Amino acid sequence: MNEMQQIGKSPLRKEGPDKVRGSIRYANDDHSAHMLHGALKTSPHAYARIIKIDYSEALKQPGVKAVITGEDFNQNLGLYLCDKPPIAREVVRYYGEVVAAVVASTYRQACKARDLIKVEYEVLKPVLSPVEALAEGAPVIHEHMADYSHIPPIHPEPGTNIANRTRIRKGDIEVGFKNATHIIETEVHIPPGDHVAMEPRIAIAEIKSSGDILITSSTQAPFVVKGLMSTFFKIDPGKLVVKAPLVGGGFGGKAGIQLEGLAYILSKKVGGRTVKLVNSREEDLVTSPGHIGLSAKVKMGADAEGKLTAMDLYYAFNSGGYADYAVNVSRAAAISCTGPYRVDNVSCDSLCVYTNLPFATAYRGFGHIEMGFAIESGMELLAKSLNMDPAMFRRINAIKPGDTTPGQSKLNRSTGDLETCLLRVEALLGGNIGEVIKLDEHRVLTKGISGLWKAPAMPTNTDAGAIVTFNADGSVNVHTGVVEIGQGTKTGLTQIAAEMFKLPLDKIHVELEVNTRISPSDWATAASRGLMMAGVALIEACEDAIAQFKQTASEVLRVPPRDLVVADGRVFVEDEPEHGLSMSQIALGYVYPNGNAIRGQVIGVGKYIAKGLTDIDSLTGEGHPDLEWTLGAEGVEIEVDLRTYHYKINKAVCCIDVGKVVNPEMARGQIIGGMAMGIGYTVFEGFKWNTRGQISNDSLRDYKIMRMTEAPKYEVEFLESPQYDGPFGARGLGEQSVIGMPGAIANALSRVAGNTVSQIPITPERLWKKAQEVKR
Amino acid sequence: MIVIHGLSEALLHVNGEEFPVVLRPGDTLLRVLREQAGVMGPKGGCENGDCGACTVLIEGIPVKSCLVLAVEAIGKKVITVEGLKDTEVQKAYHEMGGFQCGYCTAGFIMNTYALLESHPEADESVKNDWLSSNLCRCTGYEGIQKAVNLAQERIQNNQSIRK
Repeated sequence: MNEMQQIGKSPLRKEGPDKVRGSIRYANDDHSAHMLHGALKTSPHAYARIIKIDYSEALKQPGVKAVITGEDFNQNLGLYLCDKPPIAREVVRYYGEVVAAVVASTYRQACKARDLIKVEYEVLKPVLSPVEALAEGAPVIHEHMADYSHIPPIHPEPGTNIANRTRIRKGDIEVGFKNATHIIETEVHIPPGDHVAMEPRIAIAEIKSSGDILITSSTQAPFVVKGLMSTFFKIDPGKLVVKAPLVGGGFGGKAGIQLEGLAYILSKKVGGRTVKLVNSREEDLVTSPGHIGLSAKVKMGADAEGKLTAMDLYYAFNSGGYADYAVNVSRAAAISCTGPYRVDNVSCDSLCVYTNLPFATAYRGFGHIEMGFAIESGMELLAKSLNMDPAMFRRINAIKPGDTTPGQSKLNRSTGDLETCLLRVEALLGGNIGEVIKLDEHRVLTKGISGLWKAPAMPTNTDAGAIVTFNADGSVNVHTGVVEIGQGTKTGLTQIAAEMFKLPLDKIHVELEVNTRISPSDWATAASRGLMMAGVALIEACEDAIAQFKQTASEVLRVPPRDLVVADGRVFVEDEPEHGLSMSQIALGYVYPNGNAIRGQVIGVGKYIAKGLTDIDSLTGEGHPDLEWTLGAEGVEIEVDLRTYHYKINKAVCCIDVGKVVNPEMARGQIIGGMAMGIGYTVFEGFKWNTRGQISNDSLRDYKIMRMTEAPKYEVEFLESPQYDGPFGARGLGEQSVIGMPGAIANALSRVAGNTVSQIPITPERLWKKAQEVKR
Repeated sequence: MIVIHGLSEALLHVNGEEFPVVLRPGDTLLRVLREQAGVMGPKGGCENGDCGACTVLIEGIPVKSCLVLAVEAIGKKVITVEGLKDTEVQKAYHEMGGFQCGYCTAGFIMNTYALLESHPEADESVKNDWLSSNLCRCTGYEGIQKAVNLAQERIQNNQSIRK
């Protein structure tokens, strides 16, 4: 192949000029007088029976069109497990759950009426941790679990609070621990929290007289919304039109079905009129789902050479009141349960456990950030027990092509080079990861390192498609089903099309909004698979179009198609470049000088579907659910003040093997963004609740995310071991860099405290307490 | 002093244009800009003054328009991101990866613009002070810091050329 002109370069974002001028449009920027507005009444209790709802006063308020409660819709919704009524019926299972909704002419009227709804509850004692939920005699939060429909890969245990259990059994852990000279055990705890995308979730629904249902939503997954709404509301899928304009940050929080179903129910109640439903920030934090929590126990053994011999893992994920994506998050964590290390003897039970906290959906990393924290905490302790350098210990156990995953799936040639990633991170941190450097009387410098890996957890038939059409000047229109959520896939797709046609970037026009009636099907903009899958589909679509250009040119020029090339806006004979036609002459059908026209317009079509994937065995986890693995390593350098245990992360580093980097600057942006989220997750974030399960930090005043002053210096390096079936050798990179941060930070701080820090967020107070425990 | 009871007509001066609006005393500037003037650049992120996505300039001073009543803006010059045209700040944010999803961008740009107008020589600590009032969830702030530095450098160069 000739040297690539577009791939590996860093053109600016396609939609950038609109974003800096305020002319970009998000879902909530669609505002007009004909719209009605919804407001939600939410529960102040974490667990309660609904005795009575009186909305007679609300109905009398000016502008109010309708009030609905759980009684208006006697059916559950769910992604994988049908456990959630769109509005609570009989029971509320978390603080912030919707108990009623009002539709009025204005949002203010709707809010005023909402405040007049009186709800009488019988408050129950909430279950606030997986440990409590799994204890003997714990209240069963979903009494009718046995009646819930679910997809086959999910294994709920009715009569308990376990919404899903995934088992991994590989080798024989008894033998593994017998062969170990060093064994450690530890626990980690992570609270549930939120994505905090800057755009609160929003949906607009309208039912046309024709029966068409129009949904506009801040969604990462318009085709998931279409599919689920069709199933649950028994609507012909063709009648559902889901539009996804640009999304103001997703991070997994907009990957399922969110406000769309409720907006539809409200619209139906008011005769199909357009209803807009927007979360307040408070609702976005607790009413809509956030990220999962975890309580984990890990036991690991290694032999005298430092080779891992066995891992016995127990992950109790805190799903909150409902399962949503959480049942698959716990499954995904099981599939990768050992972290990126070769272990021949593994046992893992990964549970998705109901509690009475806000419920969880997908979150950047999809179970791997939680699992990664547990594994990296264990790896650190084991290295210490072996008296081995923590970086070297990880390196000698790094998983490689030919090794098998916990589910006994063999890693192929497209697997990245973790060993080199670890070496580079060590070098970027200046080596000597295990040392704590004294800066002055009160301050020390400490470092931490972690390995990471992730495979997408998705249906075995995950798909993507691409259509290319042309304009009279020979320029290209690209349609895919990938939503632009800030990750930059639309720019990456532009580069791919430009590379294929050997055209400048300004000749490629990528449609930024997805419309499920027009765009080709695309599973979801999630699991770091957008560019990889839609990219492959686009390459195929471009090849299809190129073949059509050559066919037409071949007829006109009277040369065989194989002698022709397409480049720089022309189709020409390779060794006689002057003998050719312009793309513009062919794009919409070639017209001979006498007026005769042939062949019509060029339309290129390409598609992708995941190949060879299977579900996993319910007893052993054996199977091949893993399409591709992205591996990497991360590290931090932290300055700690020993008087107050306040600390500052000076430097966060990452080396990650992503295959071919399509756009280095934007890829760096994704990696840094993930690191920042991982730091926030570890240092500041997570819900806080009282003994009644009421969330006390349900606003951005109290739910802290990283601000500019807290940002570290970032260093990012890429390795480019090719993904053989990826576009130009690229694989997914959107989520991975979040994964290693909790482990790296906690391990660095544990060294300073002289004690294992195993609970997130690591506040200065918590760190100080840990240090005091060992001083005593 | 302006006294308003119930609904009142008023003129808002936004980006050099006059917008006739009908105000309640409690309407925030953010809601009125978006829902009545159709000026969609300022975004609602928290409507509580925590995130800064709604930042606009009133008489050149950056304010969170979710914390300002629309009546307070009567008779004053309001500038939103739509009122800036190809400024060095906007160019730098685009060139340096100062955003990903773009939802916080209008707020950051307005704040940066006001910062560099009033403190073209701002050092790191002044820049951090100003820009820590805005939240970004995508970038980890690196691209934003680079954009602010580049814009500052160019503005300083332009000024020295003019001198």
